Amino acid sequence: MDFGFTEEQNKFRQEVRNFLEEEIKKGYWEPACDAWIQGFDPEFTKRVAQRGWIGLTWPKEYGGQGLSYIDRLILTEGMLRYGAPAACHWFADRQIGGSIVTYGTDEQKRELLPKIISGEAYIGLGMSETEAGCDLASLQTRATEDGDAYIINGQKTWTSGGSFVNYFYLLARTDPEAPKHRGISEFIIPADLPGINRIPMIDITGTEAWNDVFFDGVRAPKKCLIGEKNRGFLQALQQLDYERSGMERLMGNYPLFDAIVQFTKENKLSQEPVIRNKLAQLRIEFEVGRLLIYRVALVMDEGRAPNREAAMSKAYSTAFEQRLAKAAMEVLGPYGQLVSDSKLAPIRGLAVHSYLASKGYSLQAGTSEILKNILATRGLGLPSS
Amino acid sequence: MKLTLTEEQEMIKKTARDFLTDKCPKTFVKQMEESDTGYSKELWQEMAELGWMGLAFPEKYGGGDMNFLDLAVLLEEMGRACLPGPFFSTVVLGGLPILDLGKEEQKQEYLPKLINGEKILTLALTEPGYQNYDAASVTVEATPDDGNYIINGTKLFVPDAHIADYLLCAAKTKPENGITVFLADAKNPRINCTILKTVAGDKLCEVVFDQMPVPKANILGQLDQEWSAVQKIIERAAVGKCCEMVGNIQRVLEMTVDYAKERKQFDRPIGSFQIIQHYCADMATDIDGARFSTYQAAWMLSEGLPCTKEVAIAKAWIGEASQRVVALSHQIHGAIGVTIEHDLHFYTRRAKAAELAFGDADFYREVVAREMGL
Repeated sequence: MDFGFTEEQNKFRQEVRNFLEEEIKKGYWEPACDAWIQGFDPEFTKRVAQRGWIGLTWPKEYGGQGLSYIDRLILTEGMLRYGAPAACHWFADRQIGGSIVTYGTDEQKRELLPKIISGEAYIGLGMSETEAGCDLASLQTRATEDGDAYIINGQKTWTSGGSFVNYFYLLARTDPEAPKHRGISEFIIPADLPGINRIPMIDITGTEAWNDVFFDGVRAPKKCLIGEKNRGFLQALQQLDYERSGMERLMGNYPLFDAIVQFTKENKLSQEPVIRNKLAQLRIEFEVGRLLIYRVALVMDEGRAPNREAAMSKAYSTAFEQRLAKAAMEVLGPYGQLVSDSKLAPIRGLAVHSYLASKGYSLQAGTSEILKNILATRGLGLPSS
Repeated sequence: MKLTLTEEQEMIKKTARDFLTDKCPKTFVKQMEESDTGYSKELWQEMAELGWMGLAFPEKYGGGDMNFLDLAVLLEEMGRACLPGPFFSTVVLGGLPILDLGKEEQKQEYLPKLINGEKILTLALTEPGYQNYDAASVTVEATPDDGNYIINGTKLFVPDAHIADYLLCAAKTKPENGITVFLADAKNPRINCTILKTVAGDKLCEVVFDQMPVPKANILGQLDQEWSAVQKIIERAAVGKCCEMVGNIQRVLEMTVDYAKERKQFDRPIGSFQIIQHYCADMATDIDGARFSTYQAAWMLSEGLPCTKEVAIAKAWIGEASQRVVALSHQIHGAIGVTIEHDLHFYTRRAKAAELAFGDADFYREVVAREMGL
């Protein structure tokens, strides 16, 4: 075992830190919770792209850097620590690019990967439907072959950043006769195709967090199909593992952690035994979660999809984020309820925002219940009946 | 970064697993709990022959030239087997501090005999009253008298003192936290040792020093200045305990999952119910967290890196995580798990003892708070 990093990795960590601190110093953006999923800033994404930091783990032949998932974790950990607005490229970088590398045609790789890498393709996820949540394979959006195209009809929901994206990744049913897991295909389609309508959904914090996306006779060229027809669900399972794998599940509201610790120091609350105990416990839980996530990256570096490992780290980590928000509210007492633009609001209203936003953390990308099912059955071998 | 064992460590693990499965069944553990000495001389000698006591010591003293991380693997297996006896005391509390602090002649004198199984060592640190693991908590005094220091006072919870040949004793030699570590002859008649009856059935002792002389030559390290060394001993001991606990709770999970697969109610294995599955998933998460935080601390100790925070994280985590794991295991096992016939109680009792040893979660949360600059 070796819990250290290579010299290059330490240098890279420092480089990421310098870049982000410089960005903040220049006033380009302010650290925010959930910025990885809600901070849509095309200019920031371009600057990240210029450094070659999108597609870090993809093979060099496709324009990636051929680096490890540990390296990518160092990068994303930095982004999250500083609450950087990385939402434009986050999804494509985390999971869609990898799917294209694995399942895409040469043409798709030539067309899409460079656009992701250069920070121009923002890809939204079209997976869940109103009647297909945890039971994703029951989805009903249809893609029907018609000449050189698929005609797409249906509705997707919970698409993060749906208003901003210029591509949709889509799971749609291509064989309604087949068993439900075996009649689904994956597509990546331009978001400006005729027949696509997006309706923003406002979350509990008052933020536009998702879109409902409607597909009404959308004609998608056949070249939009990713991988094998009707094997999309199996292909997507691996993608879900990647979706759950990262540090954003632990550090989505990290700016709150820094802020509340700083707040207690500045206001002499840090001498209170109860508060010391609370914050130290959070730090312990955070560090444990961080190790669980680094383990996930090591599994990915072995070339294995991190199924049970990511299920574990995601369920654990989102619960941590919720405890962090809860603890921060407790530390602030009645001031905790003041929202960001209120008079007297402490720490920019981060605590109350996160308290509300964190309710969704344990739902998105696999509810904690589904994840524990995965861990128990596939990880520990417990029987499903 | 790498979280897998080396080939050599896999070897240690396998040898230990096989050996302890054979030599340390629960009938033996029970027998040792009920015996006066708490260990078997034959087994002790076999362990010495396997090179276990010497594993983490340099070759020139007869050791295996491996490091603390390698020892961690062995300790995990010992925890898994609930191995009774003075291994932890002798190696982690006695031998490694001598290697750290001792003068060459002291190492020459003590280490080879420890390594070949001839001598048993332990550490006398804690005292009656509130224990905070700081210098101020050491009140047993050692006062100079010609060529000796005279130690006076009571040490508590000293593991295996009743069979020890030597005691490392932390004593106050100067007002204002001047602490010195002495190597004392444990068989000296001026030491009065009483075995306390503990939850884990291990042998923790009350050790009363009644004007006991220790030659000046037996000072380990520096006079008056060794609180930092004691702290390192505590840190290493805490991590060592964590290693044992990783083995303990890993075994608890395996027993629990096996049981949940076999036990049928309502015509199906109880492990097919989601509530049981989620309990098991929670246990597995607690255990992996324990494993990685423990091995992180062990790795840092092994590399000689400062790791006060990482040790605190590991021990605070495992103290509470192991309690959760054991509680869920009992819940899943149902009533059979609280009987004396079932093996689970061996693990439950040891988990509680380990939680208390060398600082509990509250203690280490305060350490973490300080490390955070609070």
